[in-house]
Amino acid sequence: MIRPEAQTLLEISDLHAHVEDQPILKGLNLKVKAGEIHAVMGRNGSGKSTLSKVIAGHPAYTVCKGQVLFQGENLLEMEPEIRARIGIFLGFQYPIEIPGVSNLEFLRVATNARREQIGKEELDTFDFEDLVNERLKVVQMDPSFLERSVNEGFSGGEKKRNEILQMALLEPTIAILDETDSGLDIDALRIVAKGVNQLANEDNATLLITHYQRLLNEITPDYVHVMAGGKIVRTGGSELAIELERSGYEWIDSDKNNQEVK
Amino acid sequence: MESPSLVEKIVTKPYKYGFVTEIETEKISKGINEDIVRLISSKKDEPDFLLHFRLKAYRKWLTLKEPNWADLRYPNIDYQDIIYYAAPKTDKKKQSLDEVDPKLLETFDKLGIPLNEQKRLSNVAVDAVFDSVSIATTYKEKLAEHGVIFCSISEAVKEYPELVERYLGTVVPIGDNFFAALNSAVFSDGSFVFIPKGVNCPMELSSYFRINSGDTGQFERTLIVAEEGASVSYLEGCTAPMFDTNTLHAAVVELIALDDSSIKYSTVQNWYSGNEEGIGGIYNFVTKRGQCRGKRSKISWSQVETGSAITWKYPSCILQGDESIGEFYSVALTNNLQKADTGTKMIHLGKNTRSTIVSKGISAGQSSNSYRGLVQIGSKAIGSRNYSQCDSMLIGDQAAANTYPYIRSQQAKASIEHEASTCRISEDQLFYLQSRGIGCEQAISMMVSGFCRDVFNQLPMEFAAEADKLLALKLEGTVG
Ligand SMILES: Nc1ncnc2c1ncn2[C@@H]1O[C@H](COP(=O)(O)OP(=O)(O)O)[C@@H](O)[C@H]1O
Ligand SMILES: [Mg+2]
Repeated sequence: MIRPEAQTLLEISDLHAHVEDQPILKGLNLKVKAGEIHAVMGRNGSGKSTLSKVIAGHPAYTVCKGQVLFQGENLLEMEPEIRARIGIFLGFQYPIEIPGVSNLEFLRVATNARREQIGKEELDTFDFEDLVNERLKVVQMDPSFLERSVNEGFSGGEKKRNEILQMALLEPTIAILDETDSGLDIDALRIVAKGVNQLANEDNATLLITHYQRLLNEITPDYVHVMAGGKIVRTGGSELAIELERSGYEWIDSDKNNQEVK
Repeated sequence: MESPSLVEKIVTKPYKYGFVTEIETEKISKGINEDIVRLISSKKDEPDFLLHFRLKAYRKWLTLKEPNWADLRYPNIDYQDIIYYAAPKTDKKKQSLDEVDPKLLETFDKLGIPLNEQKRLSNVAVDAVFDSVSIATTYKEKLAEHGVIFCSISEAVKEYPELVERYLGTVVPIGDNFFAALNSAVFSDGSFVFIPKGVNCPMELSSYFRINSGDTGQFERTLIVAEEGASVSYLEGCTAPMFDTNTLHAAVVELIALDDSSIKYSTVQNWYSGNEEGIGGIYNFVTKRGQCRGKRSKISWSQVETGSAITWKYPSCILQGDESIGEFYSVALTNNLQKADTGTKMIHLGKNTRSTIVSKGISAGQSSNSYRGLVQIGSKAIGSRNYSQCDSMLIGDQAAANTYPYIRSQQAKASIEHEASTCRISEDQLFYLQSRGIGCEQAISMMVSGFCRDVFNQLPMEFAAEADKLLALKLEGTVG
């Protein structure tokens, strides 16, 4: 929900980033306040995943200009693990497999790292099991997934649900979900959407990167942004997504009235 | 953080055991010749058979060449520039711990191996070896009640000469290889274990080897015998101070398992490995071999090799008795400029013998880590089976891993299975864990301990957690 008096959580200004000398983000601006849900759309290759990884601190991307503030603090100076602990969460487009590392152990270590940061007591294995079993219900995942190695041998949909499970455990201040909906069947999509809606409240914010209106039928965004060529070229309300669905991205290309959001 | 070199920056934390104990040491002069060999033998008051054993070995050694087939390059070792015997100055071996120089007790305290009654480990008997000499063995009396002999090999030579004479050099002949011959000529001390017929050793046995002097070679000798139906689990640990010269360590370990007996031998090797530039560190050239002499006997090697500038080590099993079992579980971690060439030999001679090899090599920094293994099935080893699994993990992009599995089979009715894999800790895996609030070092250590789990599960319980911590420590970096 949009509230003018809400705290600004994320403020990105004139962000330029490159990977291996190739510029990808070219002057991107975005402001996200508490309680808001933003959708970021755009063609493949427009830089959406890059944006999410720059916010999370992936070492392959170099920021050469601009700034990213999180609750007024310079995010770009922080190690990725610090960003995570203070409340940035990235749900990956392609969650990676980590053989040998137990999912349960991983979730527990991650959860405790976040809890320590926000002054909550550390959970021992038993308390954590209770918590994780409760959160598993949000994503309707079978507890057997906890016994396996992180994402190893998970189907595409299972990996995405595991991402939402992590989000549910970490209770981030800003969740960036990079195409969490792609590759999901309609039931899985509903589960994910329900999870996101359940976790959204007036103190946190969600950034949904998606191609499809169908996710936005389940989660109503306050803002819809369209990315092209490494910037946000258009911003509107939820109706913008519907228009995009109808007219495609060419409509954006031809539209001379694209504006940048300051 | 900006660069992919983050992983590369993960370097060893300063070596925790690098201190030197200031203690008066008796050393003989540098170099090796027949007189030196005689001198060592006389210092130790040895019976004739042992002097002859040493002299024969020395003469054999003169005819042997230092092996150069391993993936190891190092400057020539000047064998005349090494001191072959050093001992803390004391009169005789002490009868009780109260008489041991407190500085020595303090040293072992600092190493986490308290020896005195109040603090010692409750279910582990320890033989503590300092430079060339065993300074104390705990729980001797309690073990004696079960007929178990656990003492230094020097003491065994005096107290049980017939046992030593019967078994010494029967698994690793004196001329087996260059380093084994050298050890046989000049070995100083080590542990002796004898488990009589039908006895399950009531506690873990453990030897802790500490090199203190920089210019002294360490040549320990361990002999473990399990009689019919006996069983024992033995663990060895090792550390050394930091010197900027290289110290030679050439040990020999012989295990003998008679009918239905079992010996489990675990090693946590953490000799000083040299600094980031590769200066200093231990040259670890070790011959370890077990013989499953009896039917249905079992020998199991587990090793966690994290230290030394150079490791050359192939704990092996000769599966002579029918239905005997050999196992080798290994984690070898190299960092900075360390080099390791390690593996095992499983020699199947008896019928229906079985061997399992699980090797996990982790290479970080600019180190190189090779697995070298031989599975040999003799013509009479009908129905024998081997399973080998050799996995390598690379951290960063400057480390090297190699696998050399050799298979020789003269028996069609045998099965040999070999699996190998190589993986690299990728930047994306690391980032995934980091993006969940897990620091870089902990992330690496989680992945490494997951990779090693199959081997850690084989370690005695008391030490599995230690091994895990040791690896984490070894990988702990200066970043973050
Ligand atoms: N690690 C990388 N190495 C090289 N090129 C990259 C890398 N990451 C992204 N790119 C390039 O940057 C552009 C934007 O990619 P991405 O951010 O994944 O777009 P989107 O998520 O919008 O599809 C693409 O041209 C892609 O090929
Ligand atoms: Mg993408």
